[in-house]
Parts: sequence; C-alpha cells; structure tokens
Amino acid sequence: MSNIKNAFAQGKAFIPFITCGYPDLETTAACVRAAVENGADLIELGIPFSDPTAEGVVIQEANLKALQGGVTTDKIFEFVKNLREEIKIPLVFMTYANVVFGYGAEKFLSTCAKIGIDGIILPDVPFEEKAEFLPLCQKYHVDLISMIAPTSENRIAKISSGAEGFLYIVSSLGVTGTRTEITTDLAPMIKIVRENTKIPCAIGFGISTPEQASKMSKLADGVIVGSAIIKIISKYDKDAAPYVGEFVKNIKAAI
Amino acid sequence: MKGRFGIYGGQYIPETLMNAVIELEAAYEKFKNDKNFNDELEKLFNEYAGRPSLLYFAEKMTRDLGGAKIYLKREDLNHTGSHKINNVLGQALLAKKMGKTRLIAETGAGQHGVATATAAALLDMECVIFMGEEDTRRQALNVYRMKLLGAEVIAVKSGTATLKDAVSEAFREWTRRIADTHYCLGSVMGPHPFPTIVRDFQAVISKEIKSQILAKENRLPDYVIACVGGGSNAMGSFWNFIDDKEVKLIGCEAAGRGVDTFETAATITTGRAGIFHGMKSYFCQDKFGGIAPVYSISAGLDYPGIGPEHAYLNDAKRAEYVPITDEEAVAAFEYLSKTEGIISAIESAHAVAYAQKIAPTLPKDKIIVITLSGRGDKDCASVAKYRGVEINE
Repeated sequence: MSNIKNAFAQGKAFIPFITCGYPDLETTAACVRAAVENGADLIELGIPFSDPTAEGVVIQEANLKALQGGVTTDKIFEFVKNLREEIKIPLVFMTYANVVFGYGAEKFLSTCAKIGIDGIILPDVPFEEKAEFLPLCQKYHVDLISMIAPTSENRIAKISSGAEGFLYIVSSLGVTGTRTEITTDLAPMIKIVRENTKIPCAIGFGISTPEQASKMSKLADGVIVGSAIIKIISKYDKDAAPYVGEFVKNIKAAI
Repeated sequence: MKGRFGIYGGQYIPETLMNAVIELEAAYEKFKNDKNFNDELEKLFNEYAGRPSLLYFAEKMTRDLGGAKIYLKREDLNHTGSHKINNVLGQALLAKKMGKTRLIAETGAGQHGVATATAAALLDMECVIFMGEEDTRRQALNVYRMKLLGAEVIAVKSGTATLKDAVSEAFREWTRRIADTHYCLGSVMGPHPFPTIVRDFQAVISKEIKSQILAKENRLPDYVIACVGGGSNAMGSFWNFIDDKEVKLIGCEAAGRGVDTFETAATITTGRAGIFHGMKSYFCQDKFGGIAPVYSISAGLDYPGIGPEHAYLNDAKRAEYVPITDEEAVAAFEYLSKTEGIISAIESAHAVAYAQKIAPTLPKDKIIVITLSGRGDKDCASVAKYRGVEINE
C-alpha cells in the first residue's frame, strides 16, 4: 500500500494535474510548489506523449510543446528525484502505455519506486490489459490506478474490487477538457464503487470551477483538475506558478 | 488468448470505450455465421461492389520481366476503386444490425473515407470522416468525393496531421459519442475485435484468388505480394493461404526516402514492439516510446504502425515484409501504366515494385499474384509533382 491514502486522510482531496516540462521543468517545479503550498493533496504529473489519445486539445498542445522543448522521461525522472526532497505529498505519474513499455516497463517502474512515485495512471490500459503492468507495479509498490467511465456500467464492480491507490472516476464521455456542465449521474456509479472497495475515489474530466469542484466533492473523496490548470500555464507561461497557486487555493476552499 | 496474435493485439483503449468494443465483439460473433447477414453481405459484394474482382494474367509484364508468371488481383476494379469497400460494407451492415445510425472513420489516402461515405449513403447512415489536414491537401479530389456522398470531412490538425492523427481523432470522437456511433476502422488494426473483423471481411480477396488461380493454373501461387500500411489488403490477400506453407506471403512496406533516413514508414523494418492505437504491435518510435513522425509518398501507407496479426506473421516467419522506396513505387506506378494499361494506386505500386525485383530471378513455371489494392486516379497529381510536373486537377 502506497502513501496515496494519506492524500485523502484530511477531508476531501484536491488533485491537480500538471504536464511535466510545459513550458519547461523549472516552471513545472514552481507550479508544483505553488499547488502544494495552497493545499493540493496529491499531484498528477503528466509525462508527455507524442499522441495522447485520451486528451482534449489543451493537454494535447501541452504534451506537444513539452516534447518540442526537449523534455524526456529520463529528464522527468531526474526532476522528480530532486523535487521529492522538498515535496512530501503523494505523487503519481499520468502517461500512456507506450511511454512505460517503450522505456522498458521494469526499468520505468523500478525508477518510479526509487524517486518516490506512488502511483501511475495509464488511460489506455483498461481492466482487461492490467496484467501488462500490474505484476511490476506490485513488485515496486507503485499503485496502478484504475479508471471508471460513465459507460462502465456492469464493469464497475469488477474494476473497483481489485483497484489500488484511488479510483479515478471519469465524469463525462469524451476526452479531457473543461466542460460547462457535467451531466452524468455519478451518484449511482459511486454507490457501486463503495460497495466493492474501501479505497477512495476522485472525480476528474471537465472540472474547472470551484462550483463544479464543490458539487463533485460531495459525491466523491476527491476532485481532479487538469485542463483548467494547463490553460493557466499556457496563458502565463513561465510566470504561471502564482496563478496556479491561487487557482488551487480557490478549489481547495470550495471542497 | 482472446484478441491476441501471439503477444500482439489486445485492447489498449480508454475505459470509456470498453463496453463499445465488447458490444461490437458480441454482435460480430452473433452475425458472422448468420445466414441472412452473410447473404445480405454477399449480395452487396456481388451486385453493388462488383465482386468477384478479376484475377488478371499480366502477360506483357510477365514477358517483359522474363521470369515468373504474374497475375494481378484487381481490387482496383471494385466500386469506389479499392479493397476498402469489402470491409466497409461488412462493418456498415453490422453497425446497422446493432442499431447504430452514424459511422465515423479515419482515412489516409481517402480510399477508406470514400468507401465509408459510400456505404453510409447506401445504408442511410450519418457519416463523419477524419482526415489529416496534410492528406486533405494531397488528396483533395477524395475530399470532394466524400462530401459529394454526403459525409462531413474533418481536417485533423493535431500532431503530424496525417493518418495516425486521423485515427487518434476518430478514437477521441468515439469516446465523445458512442451510443449511436460505430467507428468503422479501416484496417486490420486497433483494439480487438477490429483486427479480426476487418481481416474476415477482407479475406474474400484470398478466397477468390485461391479459386481463380486453381481454375486457371490448377495449382496455388508461389508468391502472394501486397502492400502494407495498417495491412488490410495484405491480410485479406494472405488469409486463405496461411495454412498453405508453400505459398510465400510478402508484404511491401513504404520505405519513403529510404529505411536509413527518418523519412520512412517501414514499420517492421525500422520499428519495434510497442502499444498504441489500441494494440500491441510494431511501431516506428523513439527510445522513449514517442511515436515517430513517418513519411511516404503514399498517404495510405503513411502510418507508424502495422496490424498485430502482421507483427505475429513476421515473428513467426510465415510472412516476410520488405521495404519499397518512393522512387521504386513511382517507377512501378509508371511501369504498370505503360506495360499493362493499368494505373494502380501508389500504395499498390509498392507491391508491383517488389514483383519487378523478384520475377526476373524466378523460373518461368513460378507464379506470382500481386494484389492491386486500388486504382491510381487519385495519385496522378502527386506522382506528377514527384516528377516535377505541375498539373491542375
């Protein structure tokens, strides 16, 4: 069992997502610090991938620009290793199967363990393909985070019952990106989750305002925000950290 | 294991899509042996698409090359001008049976997009085609054809704005809208069950080759040669020969400007195992698993991956995959036009080019079958440009 449970120990957790190396790793570090200072409970660090098929345009663009800026998995490992000296809250990677597979899954996950990564989210690895990485994740004590979508229906129970770390509840159909309204009836989904696991669950996809975050936090144990933060970074570029901090503070106050 | 070809294949897709592919698999299992479904599909094949396609003895080419006998499987003569119609009619009919009212698809050269738009028009379905912006320029005529058929064409600007990005965008659209929409994937790729479904619908190619060559020569061919991007025409051409070990199966990949350059799309030759677009297979990629930008003069072969069953056939050494450069393909495109009066697709010209290489080295009693996956009208402008001639379409 990793440290992820600690993120949910003091009330509702706020989980910001930040793409590593967008626009550069120094800015990423500053944004992570600002998020932690303002109450973030766990950080999702995106390792950019050339073809992020589960992302909307905002995070796609961040992935592309980060890669163009020369960031690599090795540089991100080094970056996290240094960041770990000051950041104590749980950290998880969010990336794609081929980033892990192409690097060598064992080398990737053993490095995660060494630098203090607590979990990994791979949106293109569903329940049926968990065996690809799960044995190595368990060997190195990196939680493989499972996702549940509005279309999961009869799959919710089996996904929940074996899940580790926290459950990522996808709020809406489609890819990542801010939405004006979240219409999925999430309560019945979360009820089935609760019946099948004791681990916490957090809702992500489409959340951008304190009002939405507040509403979602009443249903789940935590709230994940990605695209709205990446939009702030894209607007303020290398000076984004204080604005990210302020955003985190507002969300945290609302949940 | 279900949906696996050796270690390749699988279902590496977002959770949002899992029930959709499970539903598709169940529907396919139900209908694939259903007599009414197969009768309906056969009727569409024979009375709408123009099947069976000819197996033509290329006598002049055979004489000119001076070696093995060459036959051409004329998928270029199908309605809409390529083999793509086989798969599309099958999937569209299946989608219709599943109660879907909308088809989405990716397209590279535009052949699959045109075929999908055609089936959608015929079966009264809504249709949206995703095409890399770069390809909409290379294949402007096909964009117009799709619109004429009633489809909406979305130019994809993300990434390299080519086929792989069109596939990514079609997957994204499918996660947005699943209930009424079927993703009509155009090749033997993507998550299970697509590689199997597409192979089965394309297997009509090798089924016909087999009976036609037996009728003409009273024996099986020594070589079956087809071009490979995702690999649907090749898989269809190989399938019914896989157990006939004496038949050599050869897939021709697009080497672009050469396999020793970065401007190539030869996946088996230059790639390695990876996980992308729903499947484990070979991919052109960098050392961190980033998908490499690929290049070929042929928009239809300009894809960084290959269907998982081809990856398996390669590793099992049942099929061989060879790279063909732009230059070789263009020369073959011109050669076939002048020698046999057949303007093939630039994709298919990759297969013709390899046959030109090996036919002269083989005795006259050997038989080569080349699948001409499509016709080349769409490629005349880009080949002209390659030769330094500007023409107005």
